[in-house]
Amino acid sequence: MIKQSFSNFKMFSNSRSFESSRDFARTDYAHALEHITTVRPLTFHQKLQQKTVNMSVFKDVDMAPPVAVFNLTARYKEDKDPAKVNLGVGAYRTDEGKPWVLPVVRTVESQMAADSTLDHEYLPIAGLKTFTEAATRLALGDDSPALLQNRAGGFQALSGTGALRLGIDFLSRFGKSKTVYVSDPTWPNHMAIGRDAHFTEIKKYRYWDDKTKALNIDGMLEDLRNAPEHSVVILHGCAHNPTGVDPKKEQWEQIAEVMAAKKLFPFFDIAYQGFATGDLDADASSVRLFVKKEFELFVSQSFSKNFGLYNERVGNLAIVTQDNDSLMRVQSQLEKLARPMWSNPPNHGARIVATTLNNPSLFAEWKEAIRTMSSRVISMRALLKQKLKQLNTPGSWDHITDQIGMFSYTGLTSKQVDFIIQKYHVYLMQDGRINMCAVTNSNCDHIAAAIHDAVTSC
Amino acid sequence: MALQNCAKSLVSAAFKHHHAKGVIYQSSTRASSIWSNVEMGPPDAILGVSEAFKKDKSPNKMNLGVGAYRDDNGKPYVLPSVRKAEDIIRSKNLDKEYLGITGLAEFTKASAILAFGDNCDAIKNKRNVTAQGISGTGSLRIGANFLSKFYPGVKEVWLPKPSWGNHTPIFKHAGIEVKQYRYYDPSTCGFDAKGAYEDISKIPENSIILLHACAHNPTGVDPKPDQWKELSQIIKSRKLFPFFDMAYQGFASGNIDNDAAAVRMFVNEGHNIALAQSYAKNMGLYGERVGAFTLICESEEEAKRCESQLKIIIRPMYSNPPLSGPRIASTILNTAELRSQWLTEVKGMADRIITMRSQLVENLKKEGSSHNWQHITDQIGMFCFTGLKPDQVARITEEFSVYLTKDGRISVAGISSKNNAYLAHAIHTVSK
Repeated sequence: MIKQSFSNFKMFSNSRSFESSRDFARTDYAHALEHITTVRPLTFHQKLQQKTVNMSVFKDVDMAPPVAVFNLTARYKEDKDPAKVNLGVGAYRTDEGKPWVLPVVRTVESQMAADSTLDHEYLPIAGLKTFTEAATRLALGDDSPALLQNRAGGFQALSGTGALRLGIDFLSRFGKSKTVYVSDPTWPNHMAIGRDAHFTEIKKYRYWDDKTKALNIDGMLEDLRNAPEHSVVILHGCAHNPTGVDPKKEQWEQIAEVMAAKKLFPFFDIAYQGFATGDLDADASSVRLFVKKEFELFVSQSFSKNFGLYNERVGNLAIVTQDNDSLMRVQSQLEKLARPMWSNPPNHGARIVATTLNNPSLFAEWKEAIRTMSSRVISMRALLKQKLKQLNTPGSWDHITDQIGMFSYTGLTSKQVDFIIQKYHVYLMQDGRINMCAVTNSNCDHIAAAIHDAVTSC
Repeated sequence: MALQNCAKSLVSAAFKHHHAKGVIYQSSTRASSIWSNVEMGPPDAILGVSEAFKKDKSPNKMNLGVGAYRDDNGKPYVLPSVRKAEDIIRSKNLDKEYLGITGLAEFTKASAILAFGDNCDAIKNKRNVTAQGISGTGSLRIGANFLSKFYPGVKEVWLPKPSWGNHTPIFKHAGIEVKQYRYYDPSTCGFDAKGAYEDISKIPENSIILLHACAHNPTGVDPKPDQWKELSQIIKSRKLFPFFDMAYQGFASGNIDNDAAAVRMFVNEGHNIALAQSYAKNMGLYGERVGAFTLICESEEEAKRCESQLKIIIRPMYSNPPLSGPRIASTILNTAELRSQWLTEVKGMADRIITMRSQLVENLKKEGSSHNWQHITDQIGMFCFTGLKPDQVARITEEFSVYLTKDGRISVAGISSKNNAYLAHAIHTVSK
């Protein structure tokens, strides 16, 4: 049933495809898709006919392509060059290039360790209530009409991925469409999630304009206008991954208008609240705008980056419905989906976030930490651009400071990327995405030199 | 209700007024919720028991529904070895960077050795892929998804009757049909060996069969070693794919090797099995979601291919697994003194449960019950299928505030030496 559905898997059916097949080819989604649609396990009867010595049931399982971002890190780890830099995976680094556990997280963990009333008992299926309520409030704002009317709630999930998967699984069963739209480009896992949740069509809406290195708002609006009614649309609430290009307020208004007219379902992916501008409310303004316009919507929230809790897998699916009764029913059905996936979510990380968000002084400390992280990123953007200008690197590099959040879509080609990795041991994604958080005062010169060399020689 | 409706209409009127002020967009979502056809999901049976228990004011109330260990004071028990491991970990000031998709290597390695033993050739020859999973559930689910995608045989899994309620939705959601083989004999409250052998002999060749490694949930009834051997033979002759669910290693008999005996015997006999492990109960790490999924493959090379495909399944589910719980488990398993301390604590939990069982039988005798309650001590693990009928269950809840599931299952872990006699009295009263 499931593997055969891959043959129904339509992509790009009537909306435009990638600028070029090259651009498509360099995404790791392409690699995954190619593998899935061209290689199928043999049927049992086909296998019966084969005369082979190896009778293992898994002998025809092919080696899957490695997940690009983890593979990049693996290659980086093996590299012995002292000047190596990993600009791949989206994790914050200090100016010393080190991971940073937020001081407020350490404080809360010490408190938790000293609290003998805490145990490791199961959380409810929907997670820790103090966490889901605080997380939902964080996204929607304390004064959100949806909260006041008791038609918004949360559901704890395994970080952003888990929240997306849960929400998309739900929509696949209970929504009015099996078509999901993602931005072009988008985080590759969006498409894998749509596929594994049995959406039959995964389409792209235009987003990144290669020429202007900015948002292709007209293309985006046109593609959404042409979307079948009730399609699910995954929107990056802020700090778009991988491009760093976010719609402006007026553009969000236009997007909302089109989506209302076509009854499209908004699914916001917010993995960087606070991280984009340094202001929690500003970063959630797109979601709040849609709530104000009375959309029913989902938000997947990740606390991996803004709390630095990457491996604790802390996430929330925020749900906004028309009325309280719908909210209750939706949450009850989410339980039926979460139970056979992970039963109940992990305790530790959610407790850290709940404690912090619900305590005013800890909350203030956390906001400080967010400002620290986001302003360091902003200053690195300025520094990199400055260095490239000093080198007289051809091209406009304004997009480095115009873009927002953790990543920068440099515009480097696949060939240039390979060149940079080979010669400079600077690791970045094939599509030219770099993690600005990993840029430091010490390595910025090296990175700028690498980019300059690649642009001038390739 | 009327007040609620009044409030609702006031709010919506206010809303409309606010909206009318500068409305630009036609609010088509206002007409009706897109969720109007979403039904309320059926309440969780076990959760329902806990909810009702909470509301009960009786001082004698007992919650025998929950599948979590309680100490002799009825309190949750955080293992001292766990606390020690946590202290060690905290002193290292480690970071919180992402794990790889298959999790913490020192944990998965140790987990495989715990399950299969130090002398397992399959593990020594690296024929296993062991991936960290979200406790038992998550490990079962990624295994089910993997089989759904890659198992070339019959995509049907045969569960013992009865089985843990969540097995069915796990496999169904992964796209595998669920069937049952006879397992529990209500007339003896024991293992229906004849029925199991008969049914399993008729399972279509190359299907998947799920087996509880030890401490069967919900019955507490496990096959004896010679019965396991017989099962292994039949399963081999039918070319079935064995998927073991081991959620209670150490917790059942108090001895980790005895509890893993069936799993190890199957591997020795040449079955290439799948295994889901949970550390929820045996390390008391319930909410930290510590588990592992293992696939025994034909070769190291095949294990690598299968691992790469497992990653493709895991990534769109939750990307990578949580670290804190497995770090605790790994610290315990890989530190000699902590490991022995842990083994003692697990035995302690198992022994308390075994004691509760025998005390309950004693107390039922004292009450003058004429029934045979031997199954209470024959059964093993956290749960016990008392043999009480639904009407007796309803009565015991009503009259004695003893809460258990309708099928007559009790969590022995919820009994203490203080309320054991009370429970015996209650059971006797409704069953005499």
